[in-house]
Amino acid sequence: MKFIDEFRDRAAAGKLAAQIRATATRPWTIMEICGGQTHTIVKYGIEELLPAELTLVHGPGCPVCVTPLELIDQAIAIALRDDVIFTSFGDMLRVPGSTRDLLSVKAERGTVRLVYSPLDAVKIAQQRPDKRVVFFAVGFETTAPPNAMAVWEARRLGLTNFSILVSHVLVPPAMEVILSSPVNRVQGFLAAGHVCAVMGTGEYLPLAAKYRVPIVVTGFEPLDILTGLLMTIRQLEEGRHEVENEYARVVRPEGNLPARRLISQVFEPVDRKWRGIGTIPCSGYRLRDEFSAYDAEKIYEVGGISAQESPLCIAGQVLQGLKKPHECSAFGHPCTPEHPLGAPMVSSEGACAAYYHFGRFASVTPPGRRIDDDSDRHYVQP
Amino acid sequence: MCLAVPGKVVAIDRSVTPIMGTVNFSGVQKQICLDWVPDVKEGDYVVVHVGFALNTLDEGEALETLRILKEMNSLDDELGDPEEPPR
Repeated sequence: MKFIDEFRDRAAAGKLAAQIRATATRPWTIMEICGGQTHTIVKYGIEELLPAELTLVHGPGCPVCVTPLELIDQAIAIALRDDVIFTSFGDMLRVPGSTRDLLSVKAERGTVRLVYSPLDAVKIAQQRPDKRVVFFAVGFETTAPPNAMAVWEARRLGLTNFSILVSHVLVPPAMEVILSSPVNRVQGFLAAGHVCAVMGTGEYLPLAAKYRVPIVVTGFEPLDILTGLLMTIRQLEEGRHEVENEYARVVRPEGNLPARRLISQVFEPVDRKWRGIGTIPCSGYRLRDEFSAYDAEKIYEVGGISAQESPLCIAGQVLQGLKKPHECSAFGHPCTPEHPLGAPMVSSEGACAAYYHFGRFASVTPPGRRIDDDSDRHYVQP
Repeated sequence: MCLAVPGKVVAIDRSVTPIMGTVNFSGVQKQICLDWVPDVKEGDYVVVHVGFALNTLDEGEALETLRILKEMNSLDDELGDPEEPPR
């Protein structure tokens, strides 16, 4: 596919990795924010190309993973109603709630439908005036404009049977939580390319300045990741802490202004709870009051539902880059993609599922690496 | 979830609200909302997320990135393979 295949070139990846090895003179720890980037790193074995001194930690940028347990329970409570068609992106269906998941509701009652786009949910509401259609509006800044458009369209079309259950989260407040933690070890960030395609790069400038940390907006193909790492390491080696853009073919400094305008017309910032992390001030969106007729949490009065996380699951530490997935005692047994205890094992973008699918079960000294290498890196088992 | 894929715009319908268009992803065509890329032309590439074009893909920037990578390759070829550079 054009503009994808070129950025997966094996020879160019080897040269970039050689440049990284030649540039890095000290140990550095870099976090990639987005679950899509985590997936690329693990799938293509990018860590195997990198010097042992370089540690990649995987960030909280997987909306499926950070949606709190009670939101899943709220979604299930709504989906169980006889008058409702509950619509969602596919990867939310297998996230375990307190007692069950949405997929089991779909199997039992047939009232849960997968959609490709939030506009598909609006279309279902138009076609089924006898039912009330609810869309599970999860996501980061990338998905906020499409979800805002669904509400905007429902109002324009005069639909009274459409609403959304909002669980929107924002990247910069989560980065600030990680950076301000006393146990933080992240020294540089690969920022999430598609979040920045919408929001631009401006909101990362104060973070880079305040915490003296390089932030490189990065794409999702292997050459993007390697170039982003090289740019970050150059900054670290030279003592710079700037916001740079590796993904200029898609990200403009101002982001996408019409999409940003729609977000601010429909949503407003709100404190949000993150699964495994806790409540972060102003870290998400809720519907503005003028759109409360489309707010499923209010319509179905599910806001009071609360839930307790599994004590076995260390998702919160994994999502903050403090632990690697295989360091969890439940990893692989009993927690698997078929029977996940926590959300990072569900989504293909979750760090735990990525490690599981691509066979990273342990820290082992890889072949050819110095025997005295005590880094906590992992390699793909044969 | 923030997955977005580049596709080529093959038709634009500005008569509808929001603006919609047909986008080709290596042979698979889909109806995509083009409301946030109002200046898009047929033949342009857009980056699509859950049925919405988030931005046009700047082909000049893409080719420039690839040119730099290529230049790095040929420079390495002239200077020898840096596969195991001195630390």
